[in-house]
Amino acid sequence: MRRELVFAVPVAAQGMVMRILVPVKRVVDVNVRVRIRPDNAGVDLAAAKMALNPFDEIALEEALRLKEQGHASEVVAVSAGAKPTQDVLRTPLAMGADRAIHVDVAGSLEPLGVAKLLRSVALEEDASLVIMGKQSVDDEAGQVGQMLAALLDWPQATFACGVAVEGTAVVVTREVDGGTQVVKLPLPAVVTADLRLNEPRYASLPNIMRAKSKPLAIRPASAFNVDLTPRLAVLEVREPAGRPRGRVVESVGELAGILKRAIGPN
Amino acid sequence: MATLVLVEHDNTELNPMTNRAVAAAAALGQPVDCLVSGVDCRIVAEQASRLHGVRTVLLASAEGLRHGPAEAVARVVMTVAEKYDAIVAPASTGGKDSLPRVAALLDVTHVSNVTKIIDPWTFEHPIVAGNAIEVVRTTQAIRILTVRTSAFEPVQGGGDATIVEITPDLAGVKGVVVSANTVVSDRPELSGARVVVSGGRALASRENFERLLHPLADALGAALGASRAAVDAGFAPGDWQVGQTGKIVAPEVYIAIGISGAVQHLAGMKDAKLIIAINKDADAPIFDAADYGLVGDLFEIVPQLVSELALP
Repeated sequence: MRRELVFAVPVAAQGMVMRILVPVKRVVDVNVRVRIRPDNAGVDLAAAKMALNPFDEIALEEALRLKEQGHASEVVAVSAGAKPTQDVLRTPLAMGADRAIHVDVAGSLEPLGVAKLLRSVALEEDASLVIMGKQSVDDEAGQVGQMLAALLDWPQATFACGVAVEGTAVVVTREVDGGTQVVKLPLPAVVTADLRLNEPRYASLPNIMRAKSKPLAIRPASAFNVDLTPRLAVLEVREPAGRPRGRVVESVGELAGILKRAIGPN
Repeated sequence: MATLVLVEHDNTELNPMTNRAVAAAAALGQPVDCLVSGVDCRIVAEQASRLHGVRTVLLASAEGLRHGPAEAVARVVMTVAEKYDAIVAPASTGGKDSLPRVAALLDVTHVSNVTKIIDPWTFEHPIVAGNAIEVVRTTQAIRILTVRTSAFEPVQGGGDATIVEITPDLAGVKGVVVSANTVVSDRPELSGARVVVSGGRALASRENFERLLHPLADALGAALGASRAAVDAGFAPGDWQVGQTGKIVAPEVYIAIGISGAVQHLAGMKDAKLIIAINKDADAPIFDAADYGLVGDLFEIVPQLVSELALP
């Protein structure tokens, strides 16, 4: 009997074949204590353990889930930085990204420069959706997603705690001060992931091995012809002022007295 | 030139964060104008006009600005941007959403979470979960800043600024806000509260949060907060989270109950003037950050504390 050839039609194919771009950053591992360089020029990265920015891991997980739901045909991770950036790009590949792009740049990068590089990559890759962490845990600037959306003239949804693709739009629940908000963005769009969007999967050992043979393209930043000149001079990085060591009180009564004095009569 | 401050509000009331953002803006040493973007919010513009030191309040009203989406707010800012060489907003979710977009449209750098204005071009801000303070100087004429409002003393009233209506052109804005779910609470707002009572995973349940922490917060007129562990465990809502990835608070008194004191939590509260910790583990890192600590069982201590506070 001749077998019917049945092609599964993914949801995405009804509207578009969607490529999701997930920009990621290499940062100091959140579990290690950071040290300041003795010359106060920055955080000492020489011996620090580095890792993928945790918010970017959440973004990647969300992109993979959208692909698994049939909304995307491909998930591409991208990161800009010096050569060691390639190490952290292996994590998205092991988690399930289809391929990765390393934008090779030697000097220091500011968020605006990163956004300009990502704009070029997003257009070149014809991405329909960019999902990235809401901030990195090192600079904590929280700027790149919004800047990228502006440069592309795409709509944006920051601080996402829920993402759903509906036809040619993405519906995002956002965590905002005092509550939540639901926004609907026609694609293409930029979404930034908040902490409670999902719980990222662990890469299994076979997938970690498999990741080594997945494509990782290396592109020199100069190929994108964007202005990466730093606009900020870092004058100093120092330890925050410490607090004098506190003391242990012996009773609830004593604590209540301290509280009453601190709060005063009102 | 002049500085523009994005006013934080809910269309009926000016958020007091704005008073602090105006103080930060004033430190740039030039006239300060305010921008109120919203809908039917003249009343907010009137409140802003009374802030000390404000020259002009720009009022942009449109349905598309009701919930202050960044895409629309950035459009409004761009229509007046040429008159300003500095734009300041609180480092609220609104300010953090909008200002990077504005900065990119203006092709200028953006400094987030400013805690100190050293001079009009030099700023201090914390990085890596508050473990380092970075001092940066911009090489550009235009400065775009979000400010940690807890680091600035609020300006008082007594001003008499002119209100000028501007017409926002929101044609081409692509995203829409479908709905907003604002939690209504009688308690002070977490980021601006004088006193914060915060609970950790040791509270063990949502019920215990209510049974133990609510009465204490009531007795102290405090806002409620939580550690990430407590939020992740479902004991407290997400917008209670204090820490690097949640709210940054600097109240007069911060009471950490059953919170071990991970560095990410400390990043969110270590600038409180007085920190009190209650924890059964004498070696918990929270005691290193606390001014006063009490080692013991929170389930016994907290109700006792509430009773003691009720005594004259």
